[in-house]
Amino acid sequence: MHTFYRIGWRGKATRHIISIGDFDRRQIDRLLDNAKRIDAQKFDKNALFGKILATLFFEPSTRTRMSFEAAMARLGGTSLSVGSVEACSMAKGETLADTVRVVSGYADAIVIRHPKEGAARLAAQFATVPVINAGDGAGQHPSQTLLDLYTIRQSMKLDEINVALVGDLRYGRTAHSLASALSLYGANLHTVSPKGLELPASLLAELTGKGMRVTDYNSIGDAIPEVDVIYVTRIQRERFPDSASYFDVTSSYRITPETLANAREHAIVLHPLPRVDEIDPRVDSLPHAKYFNQSRNGVPVRMAMLQQVMQ
Amino acid sequence: MKRAESEGGEGGNAEKGENEGLLVRRIRSGTVIDHIAAGEALNVVKILGITGTTTEALSIATNVPSGQMGKKDIVKLNNRELSKQEVDRIALISPHATINIIRNFKVCEKKGVEIPDVVEGLVRCPNPGCITNTNEPIASRFSVTGKGLRCAYCDWIIGHDITSYIL
Repeated sequence: MHTFYRIGWRGKATRHIISIGDFDRRQIDRLLDNAKRIDAQKFDKNALFGKILATLFFEPSTRTRMSFEAAMARLGGTSLSVGSVEACSMAKGETLADTVRVVSGYADAIVIRHPKEGAARLAAQFATVPVINAGDGAGQHPSQTLLDLYTIRQSMKLDEINVALVGDLRYGRTAHSLASALSLYGANLHTVSPKGLELPASLLAELTGKGMRVTDYNSIGDAIPEVDVIYVTRIQRERFPDSASYFDVTSSYRITPETLANAREHAIVLHPLPRVDEIDPRVDSLPHAKYFNQSRNGVPVRMAMLQQVMQ
Repeated sequence: MKRAESEGGEGGNAEKGENEGLLVRRIRSGTVIDHIAAGEALNVVKILGITGTTTEALSIATNVPSGQMGKKDIVKLNNRELSKQEVDRIALISPHATINIIRNFKVCEKKGVEIPDVVEGLVRCPNPGCITNTNEPIASRFSVTGKGLRCAYCDWIIGHDITSYIL
């Protein structure tokens, strides 16, 4: 099994998965190939027997945490977790640096979610075991990106596809990471977002600098016929001054059977979930809807990640 | 072996005022930072960590006429020879600065500044959500890219106005 070694700033060799930007295309392909083998039940059910995974979630999470724990259990390992942020030592003022140093003594790998950007990189600096980033603030969420790519690859090749990013593209970390990863595959990006929630200018410059073609649309209906993948993100209510303007915006960015009437036959709809109003439940029964497959794919992809850092 | 020059050159002439009197005295030994972009001298001093509580005798001349630059700033530091690592930080705000090491009134070393690859503990990350802006036991760390300084933790880029973020 191939492993990525990052030389820590303090000179120690450690294996971490912090940002999708740390991967090149060959490394992503290899991890997705491993996930596919796992998905086909071609894996050792005791591959991580006797290993312990610590899940340090300093923000609420349901599916990410559960899927990491499910992935660990399916590989024969066990998981330790902090009951709640309020109950943990950080609530008493302990630094994250100290917390990860202590937890390194209890577990063979750490999965961390934290509200501050760069927290996982800091954790990797101080931990003596591999660290996997499960989301740091508005920053990175590499396991989500890998499972997004895996889900797309189940339906089509990743090369030179047309992908629409719809919704909150300013704060949506999953959209940022996916856009960066897709730039490795020559994809074209089509963006549809409310005013003020467009892709950050710095990211846009970075993507176009890598040769990615990015086209912005005012209306979701204009973008849909052009794309192979429609990636929808949640627009958060707190981004708007009042409920009325929130509902105005969300209604015009909603995916319905009607908006999909002009979609390409093979086009797929993805969403990192949880959804609120972004996708009409009537879409669930259409062949385009792949967001529940996407969620389920979190387990084999995270199994491949855990094997990569712990074996 | 390089021949020693007396402290002078453009920096020496430029510091003479209209009445040919020196605005800033020559120093016996220490460091003269010349060709600093006009108006940046105080930021240079800040970058070097020289504050009211340090003991060096310090002279600053700002907006001095310069043949090459129109106007420039000069900083003279008595009895302290700055290391390359220290002076290279200056390149972030004044890439054309030159460093003269003075011994017994002679310029013994003259060198330019080079932009470092990494800047640690010098600049605060402007991103309020960055982990470096908390009580964690880490210094800020930025890689120097063509677009500016990129935070090694949160990837935030400081494209301009770096001096506003100097710690």
